[in-house]
Amino acid sequence: MAAVSTDRTSVGETGKIAGGQKSPPAPAGLTLPEPLREILPKIGWTLVSVGMFSLIWEILWAIGWADPKLLPPPHIFLGDFADQAKFFNTAQRWAIGVSASAGPSPWQAVLITVVSSAMRVFVGITIAALLALSLGVAIRYWVAVERLTLPTVTLLSPVSPIAWLPVAIFLFGIGNAPAIFMVVIALFFHMTIATINHIDGVNRNLINVARTMGATKAQIYRRVIIPAILPGVFVILRLNLFGAWMVVLIAESTGVGYGLGQVIMLARNTFNPSLVFFCIALIGFLGFATDYAMRMVQKRVLYWVNDPSGVLRGL
Amino acid sequence: MASNANETNGPAVSCRGVGKIWAAGTSRAHEALKDIDLEIEPGEFVVLLGPSGCGKSTLLYLIAGLEEKTSGLLTYFGDAVSAPSPDRSLIFQETSLFPWLSVWENVSFGLQIRGESEPDRRAAAKEVLQRVGLAEAGSKRPDELSGGMRQRVAVARALAMRPRVLLMDEPFAALDVQTRQKMQDFLIDVWRDSGASVVFVTHHIDEAVALADRVCVFTSRPGRIKETVKVDLPRPRDPFSPECEELRKQLTQLLKDEVDRAFEEQEKMAEAV
Ligand SMILES: Nc1ncnc2c1ncn2[C@@H]1O[C@H](COP(=O)(O)OP(=O)(O)OP(=O)(O)O)[C@@H](O)[C@H]1O
Ligand SMILES: [Mg+2]
Repeated sequence: MAAVSTDRTSVGETGKIAGGQKSPPAPAGLTLPEPLREILPKIGWTLVSVGMFSLIWEILWAIGWADPKLLPPPHIFLGDFADQAKFFNTAQRWAIGVSASAGPSPWQAVLITVVSSAMRVFVGITIAALLALSLGVAIRYWVAVERLTLPTVTLLSPVSPIAWLPVAIFLFGIGNAPAIFMVVIALFFHMTIATINHIDGVNRNLINVARTMGATKAQIYRRVIIPAILPGVFVILRLNLFGAWMVVLIAESTGVGYGLGQVIMLARNTFNPSLVFFCIALIGFLGFATDYAMRMVQKRVLYWVNDPSGVLRGL
Repeated sequence: MASNANETNGPAVSCRGVGKIWAAGTSRAHEALKDIDLEIEPGEFVVLLGPSGCGKSTLLYLIAGLEEKTSGLLTYFGDAVSAPSPDRSLIFQETSLFPWLSVWENVSFGLQIRGESEPDRRAAAKEVLQRVGLAEAGSKRPDELSGGMRQRVAVARALAMRPRVLLMDEPFAALDVQTRQKMQDFLIDVWRDSGASVVFVTHHIDEAVALADRVCVFTSRPGRIKETVKVDLPRPRDPFSPECEELRKQLTQLLKDEVDRAFEEQEKMAEAV
C-alpha cells in the first residue's frame, strides 16, 4: 500500500518540477522516467490485489479452514521452488539413460516448459490471426469466396476445440504441431466471422470519401477498410488470447507434447495439489504478461485509438 | 483540364426529372426525391434549403455518383453520372476524417490515391491547409482537433482534389454562430478562388441568405423543389440590410409551410401505426 501512495505523489511532484525551469535538482527518487511512472502504480496495485487474496487464503489456512493437503496456501506451493521445479524436467524425461536428477537446473526446467507452451500460444495465435484476417477480407472482397467458404466456416465455428483434439493427433502425432494446430483451429473460425462483422461495420462515410476521390476497390480495402477494422480485430485477438492458453493446456495435457499442461496432468495423476497451484500461479502470471505485451503492441500499432478507461474512471 | 470542350457550354450539373426511391421494389420502399429539375452553372453557388428528411443529402449523393437515381436524367458537363469522380467532391454531414491518418495525410488522401509522390502531397496539403487556416495543424491527429477544425480539414481535403463541383452537406451545422460566420466568409473566398460550382445543403435560413446565388427550397417528403429564389446581392452581405431581411422573410414563409406539412404527415403516420 505504502509503495503505491509514494508513486502517486512522485508523479505529481515531477510534473511540477518539469514545469519550473530553474528549480533545484530533484531528489533522485522523484525523477522516474515516464514509462516507469506509468507502470509502477499498475504493478503496485496488482501486487496489492494478489496479496489481498493470498492473505485471505493464508488466514484460512492459519485458522485451520483450508486443509494444506488439498488447498495448500501460497507460502507452501511457492515455498520450495526446486522441489516443484523437478516435475518440470520433462524435456528429457523420456530420454533413455538419463536419470531423473540429471538434466537442466530447476530454473531452466521451468523456463523450458513455460517457453515451449508460450511459443505454441504465440505461433498459433499469429497463424490464426493472419489466416482469419485474410479469409475474412477475401470473403467480402470476392463473392465467390464467400459462397464457397462462408457456409463451412459458419458451420464449424460452434464446434468445440476439444472435438478437434483427435484430429490434431491423427494429423500431427505428438510434438509442437498438434498443439499449434489446436490453437489455430480454436480461434480461426471465430476470428474469421468477427473480421467479416467488423468489415460490415466500417463507417460508410469513410468508404464513400475514398470513393469520391476515385479510389479503386483494392485501394479502398487497403487504405480504408483494413485500417478501420484493425482495432476491432486486435481486441478479438486479446480476448482470444486466454482461449489460446486454455487450448494449449488441454492439448498438452492429453499427451500431445510436453509443456505446462502436461505438468498439470502429472500433478493430477500423482495427486499433488501444491504442484497444481504452482502451475495455476505460473499460468496466471503468463496470461497477465502476454496480455500486457499485447496491449503494448496495440498502443504502438493502433496509436489512433484512444484509451477509454480514463473517461470511465472519471464517471 | 481547363480546355475541356464541354466546359464552356451547358451547365455543370443537370437534373431532369430525377427521382430516388430507397429500397425500391421492397416492402420498405421509400420515396425520398421526386421530379427534381435543377441546373447548376459552372461557378454558381446553389443552396438547397429544406426541412429535415426531405432528401437533401440524398440529392447530393446522387450528384456525387455514390447512389443510383431511380428515375430521370442526371448529367455532369453533358455526361451521364454513373460513378463517383474526384471532380465532384462531397463534404459529408458527419465528420469523416480517417482517424488513423494525420491531418496532412487526410488532406492528401486523394492525391495518394492518384499516385502522387510524398513531397508533392506534402506541398499540396500545406497549401490547402493554409487556405483553411490550419497551416500549423498538419501533423496532428483528427481527434486532437475541435469540431470546427475538423470540418475545415474536410473542406481542405475536398479542395485538394481541385474539384469543379463542391458538394457540401450541412458542413457547418454543428458550429456556433460566430465560427459559422467565419467559415462562411472563408468558404466564399475559397469558392471565388477556385471557380468551382458549390451545392450547399443547409436548413439554416441565415446561412442560405449569406451564401447563395440561388436558393432551392424543398418540399417535405417526397422531396421536390418547391421554389427557386435568385439572390442578386453583392457579397459580403450585411445580414441586417433590408434586402436580406426581405429574403429571410420570404424563405421563412416558404419553409414554415413545409415544416408544418412534414409534422402533420409524421403525426398521421404515427396514428396509422
Ligand atoms: N441509406 C438509406 N436507406 C434508406 N432510406 C434512406 C437512406 N438514406 C436516407 N433515407 C431516407 O430518405 C429520406 C431523405 O433522407 P436525407 O438524408 O436525404 O434527408 P435530409 O434532407 O438530408 O435530412 P437532414 O436535414 O435531416 O440531414 C429520409 O426519409 C430517410 O429516411
Ligand atoms: Mg442530410
